[in-house]
Amino acid sequence: MTELRYLAPDTLDEAVGAFAKAGSAARILAGGTDLLVQMRSGVLKPGVIVDIKKIPEVTAIEQTADGGFRVGAAVSGMALAEHETFGKVWPGVLEAVNLIGSKQVQGRASAGGNLCNGSPAGDSVPAMVAAGAIVTVQGPDGRREMKVEDVPAGPGRTNLKPGEILVSFTLPPRPPGSSDAYLRMIPRTEMDIAVVGCGVSLTMKDGIVTAARIGLGAVAPTVLLVEDAANALIGSKLDDAALAKAAAACSAACRPIDDKRGTIAYRVKVAGVLLKRTAAIAAQRATQKN
Amino acid sequence: MNVVTNNKWIGQRTIRPDGMDKVTGRAQFAADTTMPGMIWGKVLRSPHPHARIKSIDTSKAEKLPGVKAVVTSKDIVDFPIEKGAVMLGIQDMRWMCRNVMARDKALFPGHPVAAVAATTEAIAEEACKLIEVDYEVLPWSIEIDDALKPDAPVLHEFNKFDGKPSNIVGRLEHKKGDIAEGFKKADVVIERTFTTRPVHQGYIEPHACLISVAPDGKTTIWSSSQGQFMVRAMTAYLTGIPQSDIRAIPAEIGGGFGGKTIVYLEPLATLLAKKSGRPVKMVMTREEVMRATGPTSGSKSTVTIGATKDGKIVAAHGTFYLQAGAFPGSPIRGAAGCSFTPYDIPNLLSEGYDVCSNRSKVAAYRAPGAPIGAYAVECVLDEVAEALKMDPLDFRLKNAAKEGTKAAHGPVFPRIGYIETVEAAKASPHYAAPLGDGHGKLRGRGVASGFWFNAGGESSAQVNITEDGNVVVTTGHPDIGGSRAGIANICAELLGIDYRRVSVIIGDTQTVGFSNLTGGSRVLFASSMVVTQSTEKIIQTLRERAAKIWEIDPEAVKWENGAAHPASPNAGQFEPLTLEELAEKAPAMGGPIGAGVQLNTQGADGGFGTHVCDVEVDVDLGIARVIRYTAVQDVGRAIHPGYVEGQLQGGVAQGIGWALNEEYIYTKEGKVDNPGFLDYRMPVCSDLPMIDCIMVEIPNPKHPQGVKGVGEVPLVPVMAAVANAIYNALGKRFYALPMSPPKVLEVLEAPTQQAAE
Repeated sequence: MTELRYLAPDTLDEAVGAFAKAGSAARILAGGTDLLVQMRSGVLKPGVIVDIKKIPEVTAIEQTADGGFRVGAAVSGMALAEHETFGKVWPGVLEAVNLIGSKQVQGRASAGGNLCNGSPAGDSVPAMVAAGAIVTVQGPDGRREMKVEDVPAGPGRTNLKPGEILVSFTLPPRPPGSSDAYLRMIPRTEMDIAVVGCGVSLTMKDGIVTAARIGLGAVAPTVLLVEDAANALIGSKLDDAALAKAAAACSAACRPIDDKRGTIAYRVKVAGVLLKRTAAIAAQRATQKN
Repeated sequence: MNVVTNNKWIGQRTIRPDGMDKVTGRAQFAADTTMPGMIWGKVLRSPHPHARIKSIDTSKAEKLPGVKAVVTSKDIVDFPIEKGAVMLGIQDMRWMCRNVMARDKALFPGHPVAAVAATTEAIAEEACKLIEVDYEVLPWSIEIDDALKPDAPVLHEFNKFDGKPSNIVGRLEHKKGDIAEGFKKADVVIERTFTTRPVHQGYIEPHACLISVAPDGKTTIWSSSQGQFMVRAMTAYLTGIPQSDIRAIPAEIGGGFGGKTIVYLEPLATLLAKKSGRPVKMVMTREEVMRATGPTSGSKSTVTIGATKDGKIVAAHGTFYLQAGAFPGSPIRGAAGCSFTPYDIPNLLSEGYDVCSNRSKVAAYRAPGAPIGAYAVECVLDEVAEALKMDPLDFRLKNAAKEGTKAAHGPVFPRIGYIETVEAAKASPHYAAPLGDGHGKLRGRGVASGFWFNAGGESSAQVNITEDGNVVVTTGHPDIGGSRAGIANICAELLGIDYRRVSVIIGDTQTVGFSNLTGGSRVLFASSMVVTQSTEKIIQTLRERAAKIWEIDPEAVKWENGAAHPASPNAGQFEPLTLEELAEKAPAMGGPIGAGVQLNTQGADGGFGTHVCDVEVDVDLGIARVIRYTAVQDVGRAIHPGYVEGQLQGGVAQGIGWALNEEYIYTKEGKVDNPGFLDYRMPVCSDLPMIDCIMVEIPNPKHPQGVKGVGEVPLVPVMAAVANAIYNALGKRFYALPMSPPKVLEVLEAPTQQAAE
């Protein structure tokens, strides 16, 4: 029977060293809400677990000098919800993070884990993509930055290199008239996996969309940034024609599968429906602020 | 028989005796028991839906350090098929012995093939991988239509239907009048075909047991089940150990809903314990529960109902095909027998077909078969009522069964409460309320009724007065629906003492008399009969003791408010003798006070319910949600109203899950693709509205407290009520469950004609 080693270093350098040294047998533990489930079900049998929650940078929420936010990869959903200003600036990202699992799970679950789990249905990922978040990763060769949408490589896989650890998400400063929203379709009301997830981030001026980003989840092997849909909204007043065009772009971007959670036809249709509904919420929030 | 009136405790929402242990986590469930020297058992299961087992080589597993015992079907007592049925309750041991361990063939993915006991779970799992099974993989079928095809692979070659090997392993019919003649009189005839998917009982506690077999063969079983006597008998049958040597101790049970009326692990763990000489613990994973236990049948039903213009049903025909899974025994009796029973139909033919296919053997699920049949019948009734332009409740009232109606399955009804449930539904605030604005979502209302047989059967009880004058009641039924609380209320009422002075426990097989399992909504009906008779004997003893002390005739003593009193001033002037005082004097007055009664109880009346359901449908996403629900039921007498409402609400919650999202999904390879609660979608709290209950109390005249079973009826009408509500919202009928979002959207987007065939 193989033994399991558990490490909880205080610094990123130590964590990266231990993680890299252990190679493919190692797994990073943030909240553990995916890792422990996979271990219990026998899907994963790691030899080494590197717990990153003792590393200050990974569990901190900071406001950056330019007015953006840096959110540590292992910040729990509850910690993010309790932050004084984060949810006011990024309500869509926050609601997406807070949809991971149940209330109990929220005490542990993190956006970093959600992203690195590599599920196309991860709730926080489309919202982070819409937000234009940049992630910082650190590995044996030092630090680098990636766009959040470049992290997933396919179901259960990421583009992080061997030994690299996700450190934090950086969200850009928000111009006036900006907000975001996230909606997902699940058959139940909670405790479920997104059949389609949609994140929309908008900036509006005088009722006209000046900037938009749209992230779609669970409709392709990775979460998608749908630029065609964003372009359909930019310059519009979110009129029916623009929304229909953006919805059609979302549906067109889908490359889903038929599975136990939904059919291809269903997902393609719902992607468009959710785009319209999510955009409406984001727009209402953006204009309320002005 | 006296019906108790003027009650102090019967009808009160007393504090449940198991409540504190459950909310503080102290309750001992099956997996909570441990023993010194205990080792762990694991099951090797077939990966194939259908395969001949050519050989099993366990030698490598046996050599793995830490492995203490391995068992295969060779170790299980065989019940040869040709020797005929050996029934234990509704289970035939010929199928049970093959279900707990595959013999010549594996019949579903998850079918046990061997079991291992080792010092750790990990070693036992590793050992399972070292067992070499040579399978000849065979063609398979799971769905009813596939299993009925002329060239379908036949699971049990010995079985013939119409002279040919077939997967139809049973048929029953209930007949009344002449349907051909009846349909001729009908002005409106509607025929529809419905399908439902297999759904699991969904108990939270997985099957688990700990079993010790001493060197002298004395066997102790700690396990969670709906019947410790069932566990003892089945384990005895399958291992050859006499029942007198098996003590089955019931653990607190974390849900059963019918699914724990058979055994899976106990015979295996007993044989492993016997071979190894060590106590063996086995705990199923959720995945094992989903793959290899339960669920109930998937089904295909065709129902035809004919009525005259004035709203009288003149003929009905139902044909119900139910999946049995690997072995015969699907609940066709519930489907064919219950579905038309709320109605007085002069010409009726109701047929059930039991169909084997390569999925796990069905286990009972709350009113087994009845919800499947009622779904089809009650949806067609809705269409007939619509065609006749009648209110669906008025249509039901016009055709309602009542005292004197002969049910197709046999009985002529005594006083029953069906009409009262429909009238109460009609008069409910819910039925009168407007649907309200859905703010873009479409709302609709549906109704449906349902019937379940209910049951009596064998029960035993012992009631003892403690030395300090309190009461201990021991019964033989695992409590899954509030029987302890109900018994405490009844016993306290009869003795005239505070219910907190009555402690109700569930005895093990060697300390209380035989009691049939907890099922058929029988437990409070049956156990309150034996407890009542035991308590009446005690009261008689107490009166005799007081009479002896007062030196008067026992007939001149009455028992009231927990004490003996002179029956009248003529009997003499004496201070009352309380239960405490008589208990204290017991040693000198003839000895301990206690009484036990054992009966095969008779006189269980069937139960009827009528439900009203409001839904709201998001037509762009296909999501239907139940926004208001009222369950009306004739409950006989609500001994503990809180528990009765809990039963009604629980049944409705399960039915809403069945209607909207729950289903077994299979892969192309014939394996269950959603063997966990993430993708097997039972409703969560936020999916449900508060479920209103209206308890109609028509006491059962054949029961001392008027009790009728209440646990199963509330699941029967639900899927039809939801389906009829969705039709009312959308104007489109659904003929298949579950009405999950992709399926709802598919129907909504289909051309109009197609939806109604």
